[in-house]
Amino acid sequence: MNAWITTAATESTTVGTPWINITIFGAFVAVTLIVVLRASRNNKTAADYYAAGRSFTGPQNGTAIAGDYLSAASFLGICGAIAINGYDGFLYSIGFLVAWLVALLLVAELMRNTGKFTMADVLSFRLKQGPVRVAAATTTLAVCFFYLLAQMAGAGGLVSLLLGIDDKLGQSLVVAVVGAIMIIYVLVGGMKGTTWVQIIKAALLIAGAFVMTVWVLALHGFNLSTLLGAAADTGGAAVLNPGLQYGLTDLSRLDFVSLALALVLGTAGLPHVLMRFYTVPTAREARRSVVWAIWLIGLFYLFTLVLGYGAGALIGADRIKAAPGGVNSAAPLLAFELGGPVLLGIISAVAFATILAVVAGLTITAAASFSHDVYASVIKKGKAAPGSEVRVARITVVVIGILAILGGIGVQGQNVAFLVALAFAVAASANLPTILYSLFWRRFSTRGALWSMYGGLGSAIILIAFSPVVSGTETSMIQGVDFHWFPLSNPGIVSIPLGFLLGWVGTISSRTLENPAVAAEMEVRSLTGHGAEGATEH
Amino acid sequence: MSINDPGSGASPAISHFEEVEQSEPFVRLKRRHRSFVFPLAIAFLLWYFAYVLLADYAHDFMSTPVFGNINVGLLMGLGQFVTTFAITTWYVSYANRRLDPLATEIRSGLDDGLAARNAAGTNGEATR
Repeated sequence: MNAWITTAATESTTVGTPWINITIFGAFVAVTLIVVLRASRNNKTAADYYAAGRSFTGPQNGTAIAGDYLSAASFLGICGAIAINGYDGFLYSIGFLVAWLVALLLVAELMRNTGKFTMADVLSFRLKQGPVRVAAATTTLAVCFFYLLAQMAGAGGLVSLLLGIDDKLGQSLVVAVVGAIMIIYVLVGGMKGTTWVQIIKAALLIAGAFVMTVWVLALHGFNLSTLLGAAADTGGAAVLNPGLQYGLTDLSRLDFVSLALALVLGTAGLPHVLMRFYTVPTAREARRSVVWAIWLIGLFYLFTLVLGYGAGALIGADRIKAAPGGVNSAAPLLAFELGGPVLLGIISAVAFATILAVVAGLTITAAASFSHDVYASVIKKGKAAPGSEVRVARITVVVIGILAILGGIGVQGQNVAFLVALAFAVAASANLPTILYSLFWRRFSTRGALWSMYGGLGSAIILIAFSPVVSGTETSMIQGVDFHWFPLSNPGIVSIPLGFLLGWVGTISSRTLENPAVAAEMEVRSLTGHGAEGATEH
Repeated sequence: MSINDPGSGASPAISHFEEVEQSEPFVRLKRRHRSFVFPLAIAFLLWYFAYVLLADYAHDFMSTPVFGNINVGLLMGLGQFVTTFAITTWYVSYANRRLDPLATEIRSGLDDGLAARNAAGTNGEATR
């Protein structure tokens, strides 16, 4: 039995038991597997496998987007950040929400109208197929890989926190089990199965957070000011003001500006988010998806504000930091404090389900990008044998799943929290400039796209490699050496303007003009939806 | 004459799209779309970064109490939620009223043209 449960036991009459957590999580896996099996009956064509036959409604897809987006980092990480650092944790969550306006206003509908399955479909519409698809697949795989690794590392951390498994072998085993279940979901269920997993998970997560929010508010007379007062009594008045986390030095302030840029511009370039727009039949449904996603995600972050300050008031920062899992234990500890082992079990299972669902979404995106963009369009030049593209996608799913398991075991115990921020930075520096230019700038050229994508990706990775998160400080990933020269942990403030700049310079410096007729076609299609693939009939 | 496949490059039917692109209804649609989304996107990004910079650099101002334990920073943060929800609602109502009907009209014109060309076989008319 680990220290946290012992601590909790001394404070409370009941004891949280790992078996309840495992049982509830097992029930979630059983239910979702049945749903996935039922959903998998019509997985024949590429449109079925990658885009769920474009048969989801806006509200369904919006809920799935929320499920995809609200990762364990959002739930456990933001609750913990608010509980310990107060206002700065809340500040962090706002960027994740506001970012959706970029997707709503500039990206979602036009992407849905122009593409079929992947981001590269849109980018290569009027540019040179081969090089642009390879570049887009490279950035897609990079973002998916960073995000995937962060999630799998998080799974290992959650195990020690929630199941009381502390030894390396046990944690590795759980990571392998999580990976195996994910492979089954994606292999069997395709996009349709994955989407249902996201929907179920989002509903559970938001419902769980809602119940806890009402509970915390009820304890404080449904008065936010009283709750904030209680949090300030426990954690000091500073938790109500900005500055505890990001305001320490000039460098940390600049770092936050850099992070805020990546958050607000990265979301609309995340490939697993973009791919969700293809699971609905029309651009109008894509718009409704984003609207639903914005409301659900916004409400969820309002809940985390209450939960974070609630944990700060009822548990206190010291006990949270001392618990295994540290910051991430704020929400589970609060659940235990409020509802005992059963509520803790539900919240723990939801946290696990969150990792499972996000990992599944990332895997199907990476597999689709590889088989559709690299295999079918570049290697086979669009002449792949019928069915072979989906077969390649399924093989890719297994390969990625195994890589994710090995990576997840490999990075255990290491501080890889920066990977999520890196994924957002790459999405904002390599993907978003090219997406916006190709949708809104007639002259944008192949060279501009390639420079922007490779330049954005390369600069983000190089800057992070030579930043303090990798070497040179006590919390760095690699200890004992110091080769950092970039002072910030977030590369966005340099790499995002660079991505936009390279796209512009590459375009104005290229002599070859792209075909104006295809540019006209893309513009007409993107705004009117003419020729866009609708739902498949079964 | 083959109808252009998404993303497959040039085809003889393409000059048709250039005509549509220059047609009055499409120019109107494009102007309505861009004149709405561009200013709004710039406005919300400015408001967001103004908020971030204030929270990052103007701690004293953001810590000013307004009522109870609620301070300026919290109100501005909640304000970001309110504006996000408001912009979402505003855009949806604008798109439903001003963009969708026009897009549908142009699309059905295009689809009719497509059907006519298909019916005419190899030598369809490329004009609307």
